Amino acid sequence: MDELSSGDTAWVLVSAALVLFMTPGLAFFYGGMVRAKNVLGMLMQNFFCMGMITLVWSVVGFSVAFGEGNGFWGGFDFFALQDLTASDGAIPYVAFVAFQMMFAVITPALITGSTADRMKFSSFAIFVTLWSVLVYSPIAHWVWASSGWLFKRGALDFAGGTVVHANAGIAAIVLAIFLGKRRGWPTGDFRPHNVPFVLLGTGILWVGWFGFNAGSALGANKVAAIALLNTQIGAATAILGWIAIERLRDGKATTLGAASGAVAGLVAITPACGFVSPMGSIAIGLLAGAICALATSVKGKVGIDDSLDVGAVHLVGGVLGALLTGFFATLDTNEAGKDGVFYGGPWSVVGEQALAVGATLGYSAVVTALLALALKYTLGLKVSDEDEEIGLDEALHGETAYRLTSIGGSGFTSAVTAAKVPEEAKA
Amino acid sequence: MKLVTAVIKPFKVDDVKTALEGIGVHGLTISEVQGYGRQKGHTEVYRGAEYKVDFVPKIKIEVVVDDEAVDELVTAITTSAQTGKIGDGKVWVVPVDAVVRVRTGERGSDAL
Repeated sequence: MDELSSGDTAWVLVSAALVLFMTPGLAFFYGGMVRAKNVLGMLMQNFFCMGMITLVWSVVGFSVAFGEGNGFWGGFDFFALQDLTASDGAIPYVAFVAFQMMFAVITPALITGSTADRMKFSSFAIFVTLWSVLVYSPIAHWVWASSGWLFKRGALDFAGGTVVHANAGIAAIVLAIFLGKRRGWPTGDFRPHNVPFVLLGTGILWVGWFGFNAGSALGANKVAAIALLNTQIGAATAILGWIAIERLRDGKATTLGAASGAVAGLVAITPACGFVSPMGSIAIGLLAGAICALATSVKGKVGIDDSLDVGAVHLVGGVLGALLTGFFATLDTNEAGKDGVFYGGPWSVVGEQALAVGATLGYSAVVTALLALALKYTLGLKVSDEDEEIGLDEALHGETAYRLTSIGGSGFTSAVTAAKVPEEAKA
Repeated sequence: MKLVTAVIKPFKVDDVKTALEGIGVHGLTISEVQGYGRQKGHTEVYRGAEYKVDFVPKIKIEVVVDDEAVDELVTAITTSAQTGKIGDGKVWVVPVDAVVRVRTGERGSDAL
């Protein structure tokens, strides 16, 4: 057993906190893109993930993901987070549990972008709870656990391009298909209600992503440093790739495009950041920005209302990053990795990446579809037309985000106050 | 008495207010409004999806004055709100039957 390293431990703990901060960042990234009447519904779904997935992960999710088990399922060795200390190394195992918990929290939260503006909160709550245990944890096991079948085959996924982004991306598309379109899509006015929120959320995501990627080195070391550097480069060049496409296609480079490009770059560099060189990151970022920007026009053509482009950004970005890792990986960066095709490695490196992505997409799509079907024919997935028209904030949560005028409202009534008055006192 | 209504470009509000103070008009009501004239609106692009926005933000100014002050008022608004470019707005005048000051109950010209 390695001796505990306070430096490594400190970095992983800080990284865990940074990754947690990504979920509220994501909430604002998405929240700004929806209409004003739905912004609280979006923030709520993301905060709900912080609440529920923390619980699920503590009790069962971590065990299913990182228990010994077999190649496909970790089992219940760590059920209720028991027997953790036996696995202590350079960092206490609980630090790893906490770090991984934040990944489990944000992954289902990514899905909320495709189902925005129309999903029942009750169905969403049940969906993400089950999805986390039945989809996220098994796939994390396949790719990251030492007994996972894809891990043993040598799939490279440094910080979750496959496990997090491709996985959530395909689930988002499948759920959007079962949920159906928003009323009036695509001809209606679905402009974002607050683009500065989107950029604020992007900034938070970006900072958090340093924990996501560089923290995945699980130590304060050279690999962490290069992962951080590559993360910065990939995100930065993807901005350029995205706005270049916008300038050519639409005539103007937009701030929403710059934010979207940054996120697409962060997604694509995630599986690669600990394996590629900084020059590889430039290529991956530019390609991710350009290709994800082009991918945004697909949903309109195929008629899937992926409201906030989770498919174009996370699915396309995640798959692209995973495949490009097979080309740009180099042993110069990380001795624990491989040489990709561009560094003299065999095509089988790309083949293994494709297999890992394909298996993830297939499994995630099928189980997501089963969950969606089960909910559709029981609780129902979509809110009523009237509630959709009113907006989720008021219809589902009894709140509104903005009160820009004092007009309206008819004074204070409180169920609590009324309930406190005994019948005899009223008489 | 007449109600003079002007719909103007938002950034001209301060100029108009100064001009009205200059001719002794000491009360006005403004509101944020949207609409379009001949210039129509603009186009916004979000991730490649284009939205045509027909309604342009404007400021509506309303002033009630005595009949004899109308011409001077309309001229003051027109000159102070003018940029010479499309979208400068409109001014129109309608008769007012009665005006009452809520605080005192004064009526007619006394209430202005």
